[in-house]
Amino acid sequence: MATRRLAPPEVQPKSFDWSADSAEKVAFWMGKYPEARKQSAVIPLLWLAQKQEGWVSEPALRKIALDLRMAYIRVYEVATFYTMFHLSPVGKHHLQVCGTTPCMLRGSGDLIEVCKSRIGPHHHVTADGLFSWEEMECMGACANAPIVAIHDYYHEDLTAQSFTALIDDLAAGKDVTPGSATGRITSAPDGGPNVLNDETLFDGRLAKKIKLPNLPHKA
Amino acid sequence: MIDDKDRIFLNLYGRNDWRLEGAKKRGAWNATKDMIDAGRDWIIQQVKDSGLRGRGGAGFPTGLKWSFMPKEVKDRPHYLVVNADESEPGTCKDRDMMRHDPHLLIEGCLIASYAMQAHTAYIYIRGEYVLEREHLETAIKEAYEAKLIGKNNVHGWDFDLYVHHGAGAYICGEETALLESLEGKKGQPRLKPPFPANTGLYGCPTTVNNVESIAVVPTILRRGAQWFAGFGRPNNTGTKVFCVSGHVNNPCNIEDAMSIPLKYLLETHCGGVRGGWSNLKAVIPGGSSVRMITQEMAEDALMDFDSLSALQSGLGTAGVIVMDKSTDLIKAIARLAYFYKHESCGQCTPCREGTGWMWRVLERMAVGQAEHREIDLLLDVASQVEGHTICALGDAAAWPVQGLIWRFRGEIEERIDRYRLGKPHVMGAAIAAE
Ligand SMILES: Cc1cc2nc3c(=O)[nH]c(=O)nc-3n(C[C@H](O)[C@H](O)[C@H](O)COP(=O)(O)O)c2cc1C
Ligand code: SF4
Ligand code: FES
Repeated sequence: MATRRLAPPEVQPKSFDWSADSAEKVAFWMGKYPEARKQSAVIPLLWLAQKQEGWVSEPALRKIALDLRMAYIRVYEVATFYTMFHLSPVGKHHLQVCGTTPCMLRGSGDLIEVCKSRIGPHHHVTADGLFSWEEMECMGACANAPIVAIHDYYHEDLTAQSFTALIDDLAAGKDVTPGSATGRITSAPDGGPNVLNDETLFDGRLAKKIKLPNLPHKA
Repeated sequence: MIDDKDRIFLNLYGRNDWRLEGAKKRGAWNATKDMIDAGRDWIIQQVKDSGLRGRGGAGFPTGLKWSFMPKEVKDRPHYLVVNADESEPGTCKDRDMMRHDPHLLIEGCLIASYAMQAHTAYIYIRGEYVLEREHLETAIKEAYEAKLIGKNNVHGWDFDLYVHHGAGAYICGEETALLESLEGKKGQPRLKPPFPANTGLYGCPTTVNNVESIAVVPTILRRGAQWFAGFGRPNNTGTKVFCVSGHVNNPCNIEDAMSIPLKYLLETHCGGVRGGWSNLKAVIPGGSSVRMITQEMAEDALMDFDSLSALQSGLGTAGVIVMDKSTDLIKAIARLAYFYKHESCGQCTPCREGTGWMWRVLERMAVGQAEHREIDLLLDVASQVEGHTICALGDAAAWPVQGLIWRFRGEIEERIDRYRLGKPHVMGAAIAAE
C-alpha cells in the first residue's frame, strides 16, 4: 500500500473550475454511465483535472464531488488510492520510469541513475520547474523493456545513453517521438518478425463474405 | 510454428491499418450477423467446444463462465466487462490487441454480450495505456458510425460499448476490485460469494473477461470450434499470445499454438537465451505471480496450463520472464516483493503486513544481512499469506518467494555466509561501509 496525502494548504490554489475544453470531455465521460451511477466517472474526471492543471488539487476534488454528487471524502479516497494522480505539482516534463523486475533485468537501474543525477531524488521538481520523475510499477510493455512514459506515451528499449538524449531534447524544448529507441517495430523481435508475412492475409480476400462452419440445421 | 493463416491477431505488430477498413480487410466483422442469427446457445456451445480457457490468468473455461449468467433478463440488466487492466509484470499482450486490432475486441464484445443478453459492455483499461485508449475510442466511434454497434445496428442486437479507465492500481485487475473501481470507488476486492454473475456491476449480473478471451471469439466462430481446439493439447487448446521479456536476445510478443515447448518458444521466436541456452538460470513463465522454474525444468516444460502447474508453477498470463546466469535472483524477487507490497489494497492483514514484511526480509537477504533461520521463517510467512486473504493477490505475492526458496535456497545461504565472512555481496559493501 502506498500512503498518500494531499499537498499542504500553502501549495493549494484558491479555486478550480473546468476549462471549456475539459467541460466538453467531462460531459462525454458522464454520458457513459447510467443516470443514478455518475459516480463511476470519478477517475476519468480526476484525470481530466490533472490534465488541465498538471496535478490534482483540493479545490478540484471539491468541484468533482459537486459535479458527481459524491461526498468529498469519497473523492478524496479515490484520489489518494490511485497512484497516477499527482497530489502536488510535478515538473513540466514528468518522467515515469518503470522499475519492476522485467524492466530491471534490462537496465531500468541505469535509467533511474540518470534521473537521480540529472533531476534529483524521486518526486523532486528541478528549480526551473522543468523536470521531475517517479519510479513506476510494471507499465505493461515488458517486451520493450526498459521503458519510460513521458507526457502519457511510452519510450521503449532505452539505454542510459538514449534516455539521456531524450532528456537533452526535452530540456532544449524539442518534441520527443514515442516508440522504440532502437527503431524496432513495436513488440516484434528486433530485426522484424519472421511471422505475419503472408501477403494473402492483407490483400482483402479475407473480407469476402464467408459461410460459418457448424451452423445449426434449420428445423 | 503455426501458419500465418492460423493466427488470429494478424496485425499484432501494427504493421497494417488498425482502423475499421483495415480490420475488415483482415476478416473482422465478416459474417457477424450470421453468428448472432445462429443464436445464443449456438455461440456458447461453440465457445465451449473450442476449449477456450480465460486468458486473464486463472484459465477458467470461457464458455462455461458465460453459461453462469441468468438465462433470462429479469429486473436487472446484464453487463459484460472486459478486463484490460493488464498490470501483471511480464505481460503486454492486451496492449497490442487494443492498439493494433481493436475491432476484433469490439466485435467480440458484441458477440459475447449478445450471448449473455447484455446490451451494455464496458472495457476497463489501465490508466497508463493512453495511446491504446485513444485507439479503442476511435475504433468504437467507427463501429457506431458504421452501425455495427449501437441502437438499431445492422446485427439486430442493441448494444452500447464504453471505454472506462483506471489510474495505476494493479489490484484493479482483480475482477471484483475492477467492478468497485468502475463504480467510482477505491479498488478493493469484494468477498465472494456472491459472484459477479449474480451480483456484479451496479449489483447486476456481470461477466468479467480478459481482452484476449473476448477478442479471439469472433475468429473461433468464423473458423469453427474444432479449428481452435486443434492447437495445443486437450484441456489446453487454441492459439495464444506469449510475451517474452528479460534475458533473451530478442524479447517480443508472439502468437503461436498453446503447449509449444518453452525452449522452442525462446529459441525460435526470441533469438534464444542471451549467451545460449546453457546460460539460462531461471524462468518465471506466467507473469510474475507464479513460481520460477530452473533451467532443468525449463528444458521440457510446455507452455500450457497443465504442464506448468505440474511443475508447481503456472501459465498465468503467459508473460515469460527469462533470467540468465548474470541475474541476482534474490534481488529480482525482492523487486517483485516490493511490487506486491506497493499494490496491496490493504484490506486484509496477512496481505497488507505480510507483503511489506517479505519485501524487507528479501532486501536484507539480497545483501546477505540475514540469519539462516530466517529463510524458513520467510517460507512460513509466505504460507501464512497464501490462501488466507480476500483475493488472490496474497497468493500472487507468496508464490514468487516460495519459488525462489524452493529452487534456489543455496543462493540465499551462500549470500548470508559470504556476508558473515566479511566478503559481502557488492551491494552489501556500500552498506557495511556506512
Ligand atoms: C491481483 C490480481 C490481478 C489481476 N489482474 C488481471 C489483469 O490485469 N487482467 C486480467 O484480465 N485479469 C486479471 N486478473 C484475473 C481476473 O480476476 C479475472 O480472473 C479475469 O479477468 C477473468 O477473465 P478470463 O476468464 O477471461 O481470464 C487478476 C487477478 C488478480 C487476483
Ligand atoms: S489479498 Fe491483499 S490485495 Fe487482495 S483484498 Fe486482501 S489486502 Fe487487498
Ligand atoms: S516491468 Fe516495466 S513494463 Fe513491465
